Amino acid sequence: MIWQLDLILLFLIVVIAIASITVRDLLSAIMLLGAYSFLMAMVWVEMHSVDVGFTEAAVGAGATTAFLIAALSRTVRWEKK
Amino acid sequence: MNPENSEIGKGRAGGGDVIVETVSRLMVPFIQLFALYVIIHGAGGPGGGFQGGVIFAASFVLLVIAFGIVDAGDRFPEAANIAFISLGVYIFAGVGLLCIILSLGAAQYLNYGFIPLTTHFEENRALGIDLVEVGIGITVMAVITSIFFNLAWKRESEEGGREE
Repeated sequence: MIWQLDLILLFLIVVIAIASITVRDLLSAIMLLGAYSFLMAMVWVEMHSVDVGFTEAAVGAGATTAFLIAALSRTVRWEKK
Repeated sequence: MNPENSEIGKGRAGGGDVIVETVSRLMVPFIQLFALYVIIHGAGGPGGGFQGGVIFAASFVLLVIAFGIVDAGDRFPEAANIAFISLGVYIFAGVGLLCIILSLGAAQYLNYGFIPLTTHFEENRALGIDLVEVGIGITVMAVITSIFFNLAWKRESEEGGREE
């Protein structure tokens, strides 16, 4: 484990998580959640937990993003004030 | 399909774009081969039936994104999805019950060593893990494909949505 890399990745994760709940474009929020899952997978792999990281990359960054975009295609794109 | 139908697409990519269709047509077999590798490799390393099934379903999602949900969705009927879901569960439970029967009263559910595939107990165990992983992979693939279609496909308003 490299603690500097951990610190950078976790800081980016916190920034992306705050951004994904404050942005008003829901498609941007979905893309930010995909980036969040990908960075989380990098954190798992960097902590030598390859199996959890693999699952996070496949389910979190792949399937969940597709599900959320499919759900967004049935509703409006912009969040109401 | 007619071109004015494809350019609507309800804001979705694809549906007539030659680059997207060609790239996805080239990529889908490799994604499926990687998914099968992950399922088989899961006994001895990272991976397994769940992850392989998710990757296999992701290839179907890529097909839907590239070719449009109406054209690609007709190739995945709901009855076939439900049949695959049940088939995976039956493979899992069938291997487990076979272990109960073959362990001769010890009632060892999913103790794969008792399946007489080879002559060695440990090789039986490795092959039994692969059988169960195949069942898990089939179920997860069909469930995720079914969830995606039910989320994205407006079945009841499909006739009303296509002529506009």
